[in-house]
Amino acid sequence: MTALAARRRHPMATVVLVLLSLTVVGLIYALAAPGKATAAPASSDEVAAGKQVFLANCATCHGLDAEGRRNAPSLIGVGAAAVDFQVSTGRMPLQATGPQAPASHENKLGTDKTRQVTSYVASLGPGPSIPDADQVDPAKGNEAKGADLFRTNCEMCHNFNGKGGALTRGKYAPNLDKATPTEIYEAMLTGPQSMPVFGDSTISPENKRDIIAWVRGVNEEPSPGGFNLGSIGPVSEGLAAWVIGLVALIGCAVWLGAKAS
Amino acid sequence: MSSTTTTARAAASVGNFTDERVGASKGVKFLARKIFPDHWSFMLGEVALYSFIILLLSGTFLTFFYVPSVGETTYNGVYAPLAGTRVSEAFASTVRLSFDVRGGLLMRQIHHWAALVFVAAIIVHMFRVFFTGAFRKPRELNWVIGSVLALLSLFEGFLGYSLPDDLLSGNGLRIAYGIIESIPVVGSYIAFFLFGGEFPGTAFIPRIYTIHVLLLPAIFLALIGAHLVLLVVQKHTQYPGPGRTNQNVVGYPLYPVYMAKAGGFFFIVFGVICLMSAFLQINPVWAFGSYDPSPVSADAQPDWYMGFMDGAVRLMPGFFEFTLFDHTFSFNIFLPAAILPGILTTVLVAYPWIEAKATGDRREHHLLDRPRNVPTRTGIGVMAITFYLLLLLSGGNDVIATHFNLSINDITNSLRLLVFVLPPLTFVVTKRICLGLQHKDRERVLHGEETGVIVRTETGEFFEVHRDLDPRVRWTLVQHDAQRPLELPPAEDENGVRRPGRFGDRVAYRLSRFFFEDRVEPVTPAELEAAHHEHAEPQALPASDDATTDRTPIAGA
Amino acid sequence: MSDGTGTDEMSTSDHPTQQVATVEHDGDAAERFENPGLPEHRSRMADVDPKAARRAERQVAALFGLSVVGTIGTMVAYFAVKFEGISGSNAYLQRVQLSNILLGSGLFLALFCIGIGAVHWAKTLMPDEERIELRHPMRSSDEDRAAAVEILQEGAAESGLGRRPLLRNSLITALALVPLPAVALLRDTGPMPGRALETAPWKAGDKLVRDAGGGPIKAADVQIGTVIHVMPDGLQETGAKLEERAKAAVLVIRLNPDDLGDAAKAGAYDGIVAYSKICTHLGCPVALYEQQTHHLLCPCHQSTFDVTKNCEVVFGPAKRPLPQLAITVDDEGYLVAKNGFKEPIGPSYWERG
Repeated sequence: MTALAARRRHPMATVVLVLLSLTVVGLIYALAAPGKATAAPASSDEVAAGKQVFLANCATCHGLDAEGRRNAPSLIGVGAAAVDFQVSTGRMPLQATGPQAPASHENKLGTDKTRQVTSYVASLGPGPSIPDADQVDPAKGNEAKGADLFRTNCEMCHNFNGKGGALTRGKYAPNLDKATPTEIYEAMLTGPQSMPVFGDSTISPENKRDIIAWVRGVNEEPSPGGFNLGSIGPVSEGLAAWVIGLVALIGCAVWLGAKAS
Repeated sequence: MSSTTTTARAAASVGNFTDERVGASKGVKFLARKIFPDHWSFMLGEVALYSFIILLLSGTFLTFFYVPSVGETTYNGVYAPLAGTRVSEAFASTVRLSFDVRGGLLMRQIHHWAALVFVAAIIVHMFRVFFTGAFRKPRELNWVIGSVLALLSLFEGFLGYSLPDDLLSGNGLRIAYGIIESIPVVGSYIAFFLFGGEFPGTAFIPRIYTIHVLLLPAIFLALIGAHLVLLVVQKHTQYPGPGRTNQNVVGYPLYPVYMAKAGGFFFIVFGVICLMSAFLQINPVWAFGSYDPSPVSADAQPDWYMGFMDGAVRLMPGFFEFTLFDHTFSFNIFLPAAILPGILTTVLVAYPWIEAKATGDRREHHLLDRPRNVPTRTGIGVMAITFYLLLLLSGGNDVIATHFNLSINDITNSLRLLVFVLPPLTFVVTKRICLGLQHKDRERVLHGEETGVIVRTETGEFFEVHRDLDPRVRWTLVQHDAQRPLELPPAEDENGVRRPGRFGDRVAYRLSRFFFEDRVEPVTPAELEAAHHEHAEPQALPASDDATTDRTPIAGA
Repeated sequence: MSDGTGTDEMSTSDHPTQQVATVEHDGDAAERFENPGLPEHRSRMADVDPKAARRAERQVAALFGLSVVGTIGTMVAYFAVKFEGISGSNAYLQRVQLSNILLGSGLFLALFCIGIGAVHWAKTLMPDEERIELRHPMRSSDEDRAAAVEILQEGAAESGLGRRPLLRNSLITALALVPLPAVALLRDTGPMPGRALETAPWKAGDKLVRDAGGGPIKAADVQIGTVIHVMPDGLQETGAKLEERAKAAVLVIRLNPDDLGDAAKAGAYDGIVAYSKICTHLGCPVALYEQQTHHLLCPCHQSTFDVTKNCEVVFGPAKRPLPQLAITVDDEGYLVAKNGFKEPIGPSYWERG
């Protein structure tokens, strides 16, 4: 008989067994379960560096402790996703006042500083985190489902092809041609400026990926009829009918009526 | 040479056949050598006519594939984003036609581009007729027919692009339903009868199809036929010029010149539309999706020719709707969508009679006006165009906002103001420009052309020799009639009896004063003589304007 | 023959009772300039130079030949561009685009060149001396008019309509009434509105279900700043009758309860409000929600509704606020309607009250 078998009726045997099972299950879970969306927890160096970046670029408007001021909201609890979105698209730091922060698709701070300031703001309070590559992979999304979701939730502002549209008082929903999959995900998750917040309970992560698949797909989709004239509908079509069609036909008419040499 | 004889013999036998049965020779005599004047602006109506024929041809092709039904089906065609979605038969057949029928997309695009060009050409043609006064007697009837054609073309196009039952046009129909509902007393009844119940219902696509494919084209054919018959019977108008009078037509014969030119122009119009359809995508309904009342896309506009109504509706503030005695008066909708087009149409159709009242002119007019010689009419026309364009712009206010980084609220509010301020302003400016141009014409006639020859007199003055205009050039500048305001006859005749029709006379008098009070009259030979006399003295420097002798100074300048 | 000034009176219909003076027109030729007659004819190159004429002929023939090329090209493109065996939607669309461009350009060449060729032919080779055709007054001669009047009068007399008022009146009555069945036959084109416009497919206890994606909504899952497009349970499939979806579309929005006005609070649940999505102006979906301003914008005519003020209109052509759907939660925490809408959905109509 082994030592283990000899102690199988020990009063503590049950307790040891339960503890062992819990440890095993816990280990299995820790290894097999999908990782959380956060990047590796920021080192305190990164948070500290991020604080410096924050103070240099953001505190003027957002306050020294990111508590917000009259012209800028509080950043406590906005989460890494919000900061990553705003900074990578070049919306923040805000260069000039206007109806809304325009996207320049150019990260003014650079990837490193972005990561740092993201970690810093994320450390101020829990909030939505940056999606991982798997969550935003367009190849894994269902385009048809995405089209349906986009139609109901997005196209009223962003237009049927994601070309953008007008909101009130000079605000607008931007053109999505240059939006990366991560930016699209983050925007849905955090609801920047006028955009509503589409949290995971409103649009599930899988559905978000479907939408991303469709938005990226529509950019690669050829226009079978020719130039799509901006995909903004009858306005550009009417303009083309006059400026191209009628001008050409009147030009031909003028030639027709002129005397030959 | 045997081929020529064969052709000649074939032609002879055909000719004989028709003449013995229908007396074709008389027709040939009447028609074949009809003279038509030559000017590019006379081709605008042809652009519309040929676009119509192209619409008939391409439309017939479309009817072979389109299914006019809102029955539900599942899309399982090639277009991936629609895969597995529930769509209407009408929508599915349109997408199938675009992708699975060779040339189907091309034909759809030809049909749609031709429709846009059709309405644009009608409007340009209408304004050419307006600015040159071709609507005057005896062509008032043709003007009415043309106005009706213009209006019907708007409806025809609206119904046509609603047939694919896509999201964008479906929303347009929803708006149309709402407009009909806003009609006082009978609105909801008419809406229910037209659509077979609540919106959207299942009846509207088949009914729209019948109207678009059968009823309206039949009416178009009849009206266009009448329009052309009148044109042939009354002969085409012509621009004034040397050799052209009110009693002749100067130009080229129908056969062979116009058969070649006008016939060729049909192919040119068709060709241009095909080229547009080859390279410019229009109405990509697959991207909109089948109509559902819940979603909507940004950039929701109707086709351009309905844009003025869309714009008028956008501009109208909401407080014009009110409830009284348990009934709702939706004037915020009824005014811009029904009353405004109604007023515009009435003024449009009645315009020949309005002007006839102002001029008291009952003669036939076959010589066109140069727009500068009828400043008030030209001003009215430009005012109408300005008003129309402002409404059209406000129909696209959200597109303007996104593309020029403006606020739709600012655009809307500005246009609300401009729509009242800008048209009268353009009227005044246009009228002044016309009067100015007429002055310039007078100057040219009276002072002649500069020859570039400088003469020095004995007293040491330098002046440039002017040469009188060639009579043919001068004729165009002086041939028009001097339109003067009517005189108001006394209200009572010599016996003190008040004359009946006084009120009509006062209206005519006021109207004619509005039209002709400010005027510049054409130069007469006597005035030219006088100018020559003045210029015979070299002391008077040609540059001085005292020498001009306008018959009437511009009043109220 | 060109003659006369521009002021000849072609025809004047004489009105014996003309009460308004016509414009005085100078019939005297000396007072106005005389029409100098047609300008001299200028020859074209093809008229004087046979080589130029032959060149023009070759140009026209070349154009017609180009048209033939276009026709052949179109026919070849139609059959040569294959649509079988293509995998992938985008590749297929690319093929459609190719076919469209080839067919369209081919047709353009085929048609346009015939047109240009014919016009060039007429311009360069056909005679271009201006010809004159005389007009005749539209007004018939007095004899013709008298004859026509006489014929009409004779015919009227022969028909007896004038002398027999009974005939005339009965005819008028019959003709006036005969179109009535045509109007009556249109009765069944649609039902009477009745109370149809007043009702919407929401009733107490209906679960609020996501329009796209499906599934009921827990109140706890609704974040502040979100907007969810919902339908009553059963209508979220697009297979449902569109007439019902057209009245049932609803938006669920969550605000901070302090931001909600009193009017909205009654129908709200813990800051969650539901409003009809159908614009009260002309019926478009008022789908644009601005999270920060709490405004709902309709894309069709830019009517703007303020959610904090119970969706009253703050800009644009709409008048009435969006109807509120009072909501609460069921025992599982899912959002349900408290009762149906208290007023008709969508655009106004006469009998709405």
